[in-house]
Parts: sequence; structure tokens; C-alpha cells
Amino acid sequence: MTWLWVGLGFVALVEFAGLVIAYLRGGKPRQGKGAGEAIVDAGPAEEFAVNSVTAFVRGRFYLCRLEDGGFLAVSRKCTHLGCTVPWKDKEKKFACPCHGSAFDIRGEVISPPAPRSLDIYPVAIENNIVKVNTGKPVRRSEFRQEQVVYPT
Amino acid sequence: MRPMQQNQSPGEQLSLVRRIWYSIFPGMAKPSEKPRGYRHFFNSLILHFRPRTVPERTLRFTLTWGLGGMAVVLAFTLMGTGLLLKFAYEPFPGKAYDSIVRLQNEVLFGQLIRNIHHWSANLLLIVVFLHFLRVFFTSAFHPPRQFNWVFGLGLFATVLLSNFTGYLLPWDQLAYWAITICTGMLEYVPFVGGALCDLIGGGGEIGPATLFLFYAIHTAVLPPCIIILMGFHFWRVRKAGGLVIPRRPTENITRRTETVPTIPDLILREIVVALVLIAAILVFALIFDSPLDAKANPGLSPNPTKAPWYFMGFQEILMHFHPLFALVVIPFLIVFGLVSIPYVRYPTNAAGVWFVSLKGRKMAFVAVVVAIVATPLGILLDEYIVDMTAWMPVVPPVISNGLVPLVVIMVGVWGFYRIMKSRYSANRNEAVQMVFVLFLTAFIILTLTGIWFRGSGMTLSWPFF
Repeated sequence: MTWLWVGLGFVALVEFAGLVIAYLRGGKPRQGKGAGEAIVDAGPAEEFAVNSVTAFVRGRFYLCRLEDGGFLAVSRKCTHLGCTVPWKDKEKKFACPCHGSAFDIRGEVISPPAPRSLDIYPVAIENNIVKVNTGKPVRRSEFRQEQVVYPT
Repeated sequence: MRPMQQNQSPGEQLSLVRRIWYSIFPGMAKPSEKPRGYRHFFNSLILHFRPRTVPERTLRFTLTWGLGGMAVVLAFTLMGTGLLLKFAYEPFPGKAYDSIVRLQNEVLFGQLIRNIHHWSANLLLIVVFLHFLRVFFTSAFHPPRQFNWVFGLGLFATVLLSNFTGYLLPWDQLAYWAITICTGMLEYVPFVGGALCDLIGGGGEIGPATLFLFYAIHTAVLPPCIIILMGFHFWRVRKAGGLVIPRRPTENITRRTETVPTIPDLILREIVVALVLIAAILVFALIFDSPLDAKANPGLSPNPTKAPWYFMGFQEILMHFHPLFALVVIPFLIVFGLVSIPYVRYPTNAAGVWFVSLKGRKMAFVAVVVAIVATPLGILLDEYIVDMTAWMPVVPPVISNGLVPLVVIMVGVWGFYRIMKSRYSANRNEAVQMVFVLFLTAFIILTLTGIWFRGSGMTLSWPFF
């Protein structure tokens, strides 16, 4: 009999633990859905000069137009510890104020401690309008040519 | 009502006030015995927590420095002021900062209450750390106190977490970016890092979800944890027969020492420490306002962005090691080392002797000197000369900038341990203490470097000019 009660108590404990975990996890999927798709309309492609970087504060990204005219939407979040990296136009680089990491216009690491290139957001150019999907950042280890989107 | 009065002497009708009074303080209702007064009630309550008598020698101030008692006083000060702050604070990103500003500018004594809470929290960390050092250096972790050392470490962790979660709540630039880089560190934890980040971040940046989570943990989860752990901690002190009995290195463990009554000898001393401490905090909080930076701006990282001061040591390690090593391997080794301290096999029970023995003092001193020389040297070398990733381009940075330097340091420490142990023909008590002192000094120097010698862009620089 004693063991029965101990066993029942244990079952109750597991149930409550499950209940608590399910309760605490509950809020999460809703947030995920909300952040899934968020298209930012950046404007006509010709408005962005070649070899320039435009900051989109609300979208939390930079729209970079490379020297060959291609577009790249780079996250402003440093890959080291998550500080916001400002664009230094004179030196043509992103310089993280927190731990001195630096990235070039393509988001590639120029100087560590950042371990990988800045995240990018998918870019689409429809009817010459640049659109950036800020829902989900894409992790990448380094810059590759296929990440760049060109206006047709 | 009538039948209740049977026990009372006839003719004496007690007033309602008296009856209620005696129901609260039953000890005072027996006038026949010798007068004990209202003290009796409090005394018997205290004696539920405390032994009737304590060894006279453990009352010596230089044994405990009153640190444990101070920690209790600070913990309750924090809970009290925290409760008051709860009535003024709103845990939402748009409102948190403004509610703090309103508290400081419009609420009578609002600034003072926040100051007391802020400074007590910082002081608590220091006091708890010093208490930890006191316990270690008086060898108060030998049986039967082994597991209480682990309880103590647990309490230390909860205090650290309380401080950390509280750091975000003002939602100013200082708080926002310090927590950003600390949660950014979580990403490097293998396997569970991503999930942890999602849990805390609520999607990339710290936002409403983070603030609400930290608020809940800070105000509702950790305080009861601390109270429960404190209960266990004190209970184990009492089970161990009180504190360690202080003695000189040459003195043997004496079985019986003179005891004195807890009331008033111990209690009076504790009250003195508590009152002096509270007065000191009040004066400090009146003079120095707790810092409040500009409102948090997710678009602008200040330069330099630093972790809270108690994590500066880890931040400094992070500057030199690959994140996986700085944030996972090294902290794990530190925790493992600390927990295993009481479980090493020691040849002697040095409980109560400061620094184990005379030899132990000498060796500890050598370790301090070595660490003071070696740590800044190591920092400078790594900053300006050594560049592991460039020297070993073929191996991944995890190896070249993580495993290799760590192994080099460990081999150095091991060599130091062998040399010192044979040179002084020391026993294990003394040798373990020496290694502890070596790492302790190194960690303190790393923390101070992070606080004072890291300037703009986190480059090494001289403070104050």
C-alpha cells in the first residue's frame, strides 16, 4: 500500500511538471507566426547609388548596393554578441562598437572576434522595386556570389 | 464566553485587550513564575533558530567578519525595497524606463529606495564573495560541512542570477546592451544555445518577452529560491555544531571549548553588525545615486559596451579565447573545480586555521605574486604578440584559439603545482589552496582589467586619462 501511494505521488508530480512545462511553452508559437513574414518595401532600385549602404531603422537591416550593382540586405546585428553595427561611410565598413569587429560592405568579417559574416535577409526585386523579407535572418559563414540579387 | 474563564483565578476578569495580548504572547500570562517579561517570547522564538549556547571562540569577529550575517541583512533589505519598487515599476519596454524616472522624480523617497536596492544588490555580491573566501581560507568545508559548501555555491549562483536579471529592468542603454551581449553569449553554448536564445530573446533582439521573463524570474522565482536555500544553509551550519572553531596553526583541535549563552552574547553582536551595516547603506544611498543612462535604443550600441561588472572577468576571458571555450568550457571547469573542493581527499582537517598552516600562508603568498605577474603579462602577450589563428591557419579557431591556449595555461599551472609542492614539501591541503589562490588572483585581475583597462572599442587603455 505504501508503495502504491508513493507511486501515485510520483505520477502526480510528473503530471504537474508536464502541466507547468506545457503552460510555459504555450506563448511561443504565436510569436513565431507573427514574425514569419514581414516584407519591407525599400523603393525603386535606381534610388540606391552603386557602392552605397542605406540603413532601414524600422526593418533593422542595411540595404547594400555593391559595386557591380547587386543588392544585399544585411542584418545590423553583430554576429559576435549581438550589438548593433553602424556603417562607417568614410572607411567603407561596418564597425562594431562593442568588441571591435569589422565587416565590409558585403558583410564579410574584416577583423575578428566576430566568427562569421553578418546575417542577410532575402531580397526580391519586383517591377524594379526592392523588397526585403525581414521575417527571418539567414545565417551564413561567408559571402558568396549567389547571395546577391541583381535588378533586371 | 463564560466557560473559557475556568482556568483563571476567580474574581479576576480579563479585559478583551489583555486576552488578545496573552493569546499572542502566552509566556506573559503566567505571573506565578519569576518575571520574564516580553523578552521571553522573542527569546524562545530566536532559540528555535539558534542553539541555546555557542562556543565562546566562534564569536571572535576575525573568524567570520560578520559576513554571513551581513548577507542575510542585505538579502532582507533587498526583498523589502524590492517589494516597494514593485509598486512603482511597469515591466514593459515602452514604460519601464519612464516608470523609473517617475519613481525617482515624483515619488517621495523614490530615488532613495531605488538607491538602497541598487547598492545593497551590489554590496550583497561582494559580501557573499568575501564570505565564500572566508569559508575557504578557514577550511570550513571539511566534513561535516562538505555539502553546505555546495549549498553556499548554489546561493552564490542565485544571488548572481538575481543581480543579472535585475540589471535589465531599468531598460536604459547600460542595461539593454549589457544584457544583449550576455544573452549573445548564450548562442555559443553547444546543442541548447539556439533554444536558450529563443527562450530569452523572443526572436533575435531582446524585447518585451525578455523583459517580462527577467521580471518574473527576478521578482517571483529567485527570492523564494534564495529563502529556501538560506534555510538549508543555516540548518546545516547548526547540524555541523556551529561555526568552525578558530585556532592558531600550531594548535590542535580542542574537543571542548567554553560556551556562552546565545542570548545576549551572539545576538547582541549580530544586531550591532546589522545596525552598522544598515546605517552605512543608508548614508551611502543618500550620497550616491544609482546610475540611470539614457532610455534603451536598440539602434545604437554605446562604445564601449560592457557586461555588468561581475561578469567582466568572463568578458575579459572572452577577449582572449574562442567563445566556446570562454563561455562553456572554462566556466564548466570553474564550477566543477569549486564543487569538488570539499570532496578532495585531504591528509589533515585544517578547519578553523586561517590559510591551513604557516607553510600554506607562504605558498599562498607566492601564488598571489605569480598570478599578479603572469596574468597581465598573458593579457598583453595575447593582445599584441600572440595570434594563434594566424600562426596555425590550417586548424579551426576552436582549436587554435581555444584548446591550445587553455592547454598551455593548464600545463603551466600543473608545472607550478609540481615545483611548489616538492619545493615546500607541502601536503595536499596547502597545494590545493595555492592553486585556488592562483586562479582567484588571476580572475580578480581579469575582472579589474575589464572594468578599468578596456576603453573605446574594447582596446587596452589607461583609465582616467
